[in-house]
Amino acid sequence: MASVYAPVEPLHGAPVIEETSVASEHSAPSQGKTPPPGAASAPQGPGKVQAFLAGKGKAILAPVLGVLAFIGLWAALAPMVDTSLGALPGPVEVAEQGAALFHEWQASNEAKAAFYEAQDARIAAGTQAMAFDYAGPPTFLDQVTTSLETVALGFVLATLVAVPVGLAAGLSPLFNAAINPLIQIMKPVSPLAWLPIVTMVVSATITSADPLLAKSFVISAIVVTLCSLWPTLINTAVGTASIDKDLLNVGRVLKLGTFQKLTKLVLPSALPYIFTGMRLSLGVGWMVLIAAEMLAQNPGLGKFVWDEFQNGSSQSLARIMFAVIVIGLIGFLLDRLMMTLQNLVSRNHAI
Amino acid sequence: MSKFGQSGFSRRTVVGALLASVALAGCGGAKNDGAKQQGVTAASAGGAPEKPVLKLGFIKLTDMAPLAIAKEKGFFAEEGLNVTLEPQANWKVLLDGVIGGQLDGAHMLAGQPIAATIGYGTKADLIAPLSLDLNGNAITVSNRVWDQIKGKLQRSADGKPIHPISASVLQPVVQSFKEQGKPFNMGMVFPVSTHNYELRYWLAAGGLNPGYYTPGDIKGTVDADVQLSVTPPPQMPATLEAGTIEGYCVGEPWNQAAVQKKIGVPIVTDDQIWHDNPEKVFGLRKDFAEKYPGTTAAMLRAIIKAQQWLDADGGKNRKEAVKILAQSNYVGADEAVIAASMTGKFTYEPGDTRDTPGFNIFFDKYAGYPFYSDAIWYLTQMRRWGQIPVDHPDQWYFDQAKAVYRPDLYLAAAQQLVAKGTISADDLPETDGFRGEQDGFIDGVTYDGKQPNAYLAKFKIGLKKGQKVSASGVSGS
Repeated sequence: MASVYAPVEPLHGAPVIEETSVASEHSAPSQGKTPPPGAASAPQGPGKVQAFLAGKGKAILAPVLGVLAFIGLWAALAPMVDTSLGALPGPVEVAEQGAALFHEWQASNEAKAAFYEAQDARIAAGTQAMAFDYAGPPTFLDQVTTSLETVALGFVLATLVAVPVGLAAGLSPLFNAAINPLIQIMKPVSPLAWLPIVTMVVSATITSADPLLAKSFVISAIVVTLCSLWPTLINTAVGTASIDKDLLNVGRVLKLGTFQKLTKLVLPSALPYIFTGMRLSLGVGWMVLIAAEMLAQNPGLGKFVWDEFQNGSSQSLARIMFAVIVIGLIGFLLDRLMMTLQNLVSRNHAI
Repeated sequence: MSKFGQSGFSRRTVVGALLASVALAGCGGAKNDGAKQQGVTAASAGGAPEKPVLKLGFIKLTDMAPLAIAKEKGFFAEEGLNVTLEPQANWKVLLDGVIGGQLDGAHMLAGQPIAATIGYGTKADLIAPLSLDLNGNAITVSNRVWDQIKGKLQRSADGKPIHPISASVLQPVVQSFKEQGKPFNMGMVFPVSTHNYELRYWLAAGGLNPGYYTPGDIKGTVDADVQLSVTPPPQMPATLEAGTIEGYCVGEPWNQAAVQKKIGVPIVTDDQIWHDNPEKVFGLRKDFAEKYPGTTAAMLRAIIKAQQWLDADGGKNRKEAVKILAQSNYVGADEAVIAASMTGKFTYEPGDTRDTPGFNIFFDKYAGYPFYSDAIWYLTQMRRWGQIPVDHPDQWYFDQAKAVYRPDLYLAAAQQLVAKGTISADDLPETDGFRGEQDGFIDGVTYDGKQPNAYLAKFKIGLKKGQKVSASGVSGS
């Protein structure tokens, strides 16, 4: 049996690959280097100006030039692609649609205010018995908010499951061997394959006519959970298992209880790993959420994209592109957020 | 960022959501089991809405107009309802939403509540207390196919093709596809959609077999000359453009969208296949209507008012309706595309725009009344193509139709509007629910809803009494 799936090895082997991609990024700041590494390591060359330029060049100029070159290429090439909805929109059209979406949001806020005002008047006049929430169409910002809420819930659920299981797997080789085959099989499954199952199970489980959380919201969140479990789980297990044996021996000498051993020794040394896993998890979760929303038509950015695709109006492509940019920016910000947390944790526990 | 905070977090904060998720496990089963089962009758339809906050689903098609109008012109609000309208990706998602309770009701294919009730596909007790519209669909073929047939069409003195165009003009094209070993594919929107039956009717009337369904399968391609497949309505033009299908039958605006994008040519409208045929229905769960009779009646009254608004004064409101439908949260297509079929005109090949005043009818000609005979027509087509695998006596057809179509609920709501003077008593038919013998079919076959089995025997292509379909073909006689 052991020869088939090598119980311990793969679980410990897999994350190393995932770990390396992250390690290079998170190790740099933890060594005390501040973000613009170029500035710090500027050569003691001919003049200060050149050194300054070289430093700034790497930190600011190069990225700016890269982005500008991309926008220039986009602006030049997009009009050459002719679709049945007209030419592919360039940066200007996309920016215009971004502004249009903002105006829609403003208009929606006004409509909302007007709705509540009229409703208050009706209630005061006694023609309406109970107050309603505004039931207008969700704006782009509403969809962004829904997606963020969904990914937050899914991610928190995943972390709540993955960290304890990972700790258990790291501490007990027996438990590790028991769950390893499951993890190896579940991990590569596209969470979208889970979607129909999750949909049916959630629909059957939530039978209340007016549930606390909308079914669609729960479905999306659970799909995010299912896919963002694994990086955290595996990294936690590795972090726990790779704890310094001397530390454990010291703990034994001091006769620490299980709980104390966990909080004083295991968690501190495993935290950087756990956060690395969580960061990977959040990235995966965000990517999967958009796809799940598109497929299941659950509210969120994915639904916005799909609805616009279905609209097929002359503005649809520009709106979709705007959404793509927003999705990218949010993904980037989420990653930075996790990276900051990760660095904080690594630094605090660096000995 | 502050604006960001205002927009959504007030509704349901992340923290709240997270806390609630912990409580989620507890809110499973017990709550609504105690709901009293009360029969939904005309008498109980007069009360205030028991459940005023509703979410209704729709597909991005112009015939969802009654729902959008009821919302935007305040008819739902007048009835004390707070309605959210939510677009759905495809008919399957919409159906599951209604059955699963995420949606309280929806703009539905007439075949969906019927099929759900007889257990073809997901079994569930759904009802259709109101018909949303008459007509509104067309069949479009790709430019490639159009180029091959346009020279062979009979043309009138002004050079325009004489309508209706029979599917027999496609025979040589299908033949040449066969000789090249390629299937001739066409798209429709759902296995039990009006579009599937209309496309099949048109093809069969032109001597092309659209294929039979074996028990339990949803492809329906046994013995097929033309292979039909399912594509969600809004994606039809893109699928045609991608070359996956050579033509499709779909509701508006997705035929005019093909014209606008210059990727295809509408060849026949459903009004030409069957004059004034019944189209979408408003569908909901039977248990919902039983539990909330006041809400159900209020929804129906609001929708009837919207239907009347849409057809009022010879269609003077249609321009405003087009503007509303063009909003990205409703149909979302360009205004010109939606207007192309909603304002009494319809464009076939470029330059061939014709007056089609009845292209979609929402209120006139008793469009809202759910006739049993309409439901029975859908059932006959399900039997004709094998979706109903065995013969049934006429009475079975009547029983199924009466279980799904609920003119009693429609009349109860409509008569309240008559009493208030909103609509006239003449707007309601005096009928036993059967339209009587109907002609107006492209193949000249007449339909009498009281004789479904006799009707089925009239078709050249289609299952006959005692016939069964298996993967190897049709057997029995």
